[in-house]
Amino acid sequence: MDERGLRSLIDKVKAGGMSRRAFVRRMAAVGLTAPMAAQLLAFSGVAMADTKPIYKPTKRGGGGLLKVLWWQGPTLLNPHFAVGTKDQDGSRLFYEPLAAWDRAGNLRAKLAATIPSRDNGQLAADGRSVIWKVKQGVTWHDGKPLTADDVVFTWEYSSNPATATVSSGSYKDVVVEKIDQYTVLVKFQKPTPFWADTFVGWAGCIIPKHLFSDYIGAKSRDAPTNLKPVGTGPYLFKDFKPGDLITGEINPNYHEPNRPYFDAIELKGGGDAVSAARAVLQTGEYHFAWNLQVEDEILTRLEKGGRGRVLVTPGGAIEHMQLNNTDPWTEVDGERSSLKTKHPLLSDPAVRQALSLLIDKKSIQDHIYGRIGIATPNYINNPERFRSKTTKFEFNVDKANAILDKAGWARGPDGIRAKDGKRLKFVYQTSINQPRQKTQAIVKQAAQKAGIDIELKSVTASVFFSSDVANPDTYTKFYTDIEMYTTTMTQPDPGLHMLQFVSWEAASKANKWQGRNITRWQSPECDKLYRESEAELDPVKRAAMFIKMNDLAVQNHIVLGVVQRPTVSAQALKLNAQISGWDNNTSDLSDWFKEA
Amino acid sequence: MSRQYIIRRLLIAIPSLLGISVVLFTVLAMAPGDPFEELATNPAVPPEVRMALRAKFGLDDPIWTRYLHWLAAMLQGDWGFSFASRMDVDELILQRLPVTLIVIGSSQILAILVALPVGVLAATRPYSVFDQIANTLAFIGFSLPTFFTGLLLILIFSIQLDWLPFVYRTDIEAKGWLFYWEHIKQSIMPVAVLGLFQGASLVRYVRSSVLDVIRLDYVTTARSKGIGERKVITKHVVRNALIPVVTLVALQMPIVFGGAIVTEQIFRVPGIGSLLISAMLANDTPVVMGVTFVFACLVVLFNLIADILYGWLDPRIAFR
Repeated sequence: MDERGLRSLIDKVKAGGMSRRAFVRRMAAVGLTAPMAAQLLAFSGVAMADTKPIYKPTKRGGGGLLKVLWWQGPTLLNPHFAVGTKDQDGSRLFYEPLAAWDRAGNLRAKLAATIPSRDNGQLAADGRSVIWKVKQGVTWHDGKPLTADDVVFTWEYSSNPATATVSSGSYKDVVVEKIDQYTVLVKFQKPTPFWADTFVGWAGCIIPKHLFSDYIGAKSRDAPTNLKPVGTGPYLFKDFKPGDLITGEINPNYHEPNRPYFDAIELKGGGDAVSAARAVLQTGEYHFAWNLQVEDEILTRLEKGGRGRVLVTPGGAIEHMQLNNTDPWTEVDGERSSLKTKHPLLSDPAVRQALSLLIDKKSIQDHIYGRIGIATPNYINNPERFRSKTTKFEFNVDKANAILDKAGWARGPDGIRAKDGKRLKFVYQTSINQPRQKTQAIVKQAAQKAGIDIELKSVTASVFFSSDVANPDTYTKFYTDIEMYTTTMTQPDPGLHMLQFVSWEAASKANKWQGRNITRWQSPECDKLYRESEAELDPVKRAAMFIKMNDLAVQNHIVLGVVQRPTVSAQALKLNAQISGWDNNTSDLSDWFKEA
Repeated sequence: MSRQYIIRRLLIAIPSLLGISVVLFTVLAMAPGDPFEELATNPAVPPEVRMALRAKFGLDDPIWTRYLHWLAAMLQGDWGFSFASRMDVDELILQRLPVTLIVIGSSQILAILVALPVGVLAATRPYSVFDQIANTLAFIGFSLPTFFTGLLLILIFSIQLDWLPFVYRTDIEAKGWLFYWEHIKQSIMPVAVLGLFQGASLVRYVRSSVLDVIRLDYVTTARSKGIGERKVITKHVVRNALIPVVTLVALQMPIVFGGAIVTEQIFRVPGIGSLLISAMLANDTPVVMGVTFVFACLVVLFNLIADILYGWLDPRIAFR
């Protein structure tokens, strides 16, 4: 789809000839995530549908104690230092951003009075600024009012390099100014179609100025509020034992009517995923359990306990295989997989195409992942109901054989194909994790039938995902031919995601393997598109560029999608917990309730 | 005399603790892993953030500078600062200590309460039916690992019978008797798992120790003086037989702390062991260092206690 096509579609939505939902679905078909599509509409003057959550209770409180289980307990409660999702989830019990992402990828106002749009004039036409209006009458847990000063301060705090916040990526390149007591202006350095990054989601949690202003920069670690949060959220902080327990009690002054339903919350940490699932599904000791990366077979068995159900929420995580573009077996200037080399076998497009035909994704889904890994051809992953129906994946050994035969890779006496003395032999690495080893085995078996010899390599997760410059087995070094892992699109904009395909981001010794382009693909066409997209004022043109980049990467078999990994949680039968795959598990905690 | 001995032993402990800390620190520093690795896979976090954090926490310094920093701080009573929790390590450990002590303490008491009478009874009637049964059960008891018995108990009492909770909570709301009842209910399984495991091996020691003593001449003399069997056993036999057992219990204490790690993980008991596990998973080196160092100190301390107890119980052993 090109720019003109996009425009006509958006016009159709504007005119009412096409539903927002249908538009988002069409966008997903060409590789755009739901939030990105929703942003496109918003920027083009179509207001975002402010989806209201289902909420039945008619008064605040009365729901008793809500017991939730995070098998890795949060270890800190300052959202801007939250290293893992567990910490972000824990912080969201007490802190809130201006807006959160809902399940469909739309913005849902939290501390904002309205969601900015072109219609209400809060979005600048040149894409260089956005105005946020702060909800009035909101108080911090200590009774002080929430104002624009707190919002501006949050930016100051997080953008200060000496504070070293994890959220700084959302703040360092913007300038935030106070317009009046309840209005702030966010200014961007360049036109930014994805304006909803600052102050949204986990990184957007607003922190109280009056408690943190003395602890900015290097002193940040001494702030007592780091461990005793004072926010605006539905629960007041009671107690915190890192890794073990967070307790909170109802906030009687919460800014949304009739919320929250539960009188108190207990977040227990520790243990393992299987027993966490058991405590909800089988014994009913807890009401909710987070991130159950457990084999579906076990979950189904536990569900028979009849006390709870498994909740599968589509999100942005995808398990994918990467094919190396450089030679991992030749050392040049002290590094393997150097940009100065070319992969001796994978530089043949026929080999790449054959490999893409040899991944039996259906079996991988059916026999390994079940509900928690859905086979997909796409790299950009979407909520399942919006998933592209036009792109296809195929498992076809015969076709792979035919392609290799045609390309001149002849079978040797041992059944392994070779050409010009080069045997088709690959090393395929991933981290140690049972489903991954099973997937490796399935791929190896199919490859064998096509005359490709695959050697499997498994690396401990703590090594594979580390940034240890001295270790040859990290995923960013990519010292093998093929590797597989899950990447998560935490940010609902393809901008960062697409860095995977630009030449200047190639991981190398020079950048201590920090580059985001792990496959080291060098495509002048893709680079040009990305550069243009950075300077592109028109969001629709920009979107068309991303779509094209995505197509380039997919057609050239740079990455091969395996399965998308939705968020899996368990909840008690009567609990109505709303989970968004684009935000934290607890982002809509104030709307959780128990059905009568 | 004995005071001098204690002081000397304490002084000897210093170099061994230093040695232990060097080994621990180098092993941890050389082990792979990065406390901020989760940030590496999150595209929303710029790499500079991770670099800044590494620099801030001194992770890029050479190992020996980091060790000297740690040692200097430790000597001033500063246990370090947790990467994952951004709070002081000693505070984290102190938070977990009460639960650990309660669970491990009561399991040790349970072990002794079971092992003493069973061991003594078995020894007074060697090769009787009771002895055979006790022996068999003891063998089974210390052959089964705690993670197995723990899961077994959960399966029976939590899932099949639905009697006991298997998640240990420290924030029980109830007041008065109910509070204690809830605590007892949730402690039964972890304490039973740990206590019976310890008790099983202890039974064997008590039995063999009593068997050794019961054949000695002074016991025969006591019997021939017409002292009742009950009194012979409690006053004359058990008292002497317990000398090696007491030292054994003391020596086993650090091992119990280690063995509790698994049990704590299964029942989500927020003790030192589960702190160690989560710190290791998060590559939170200062906490791992702090907890393992506590364990090292416990080993040294309980060795000393065992030696002192031994001399105190058996005055024939001189302190030198």
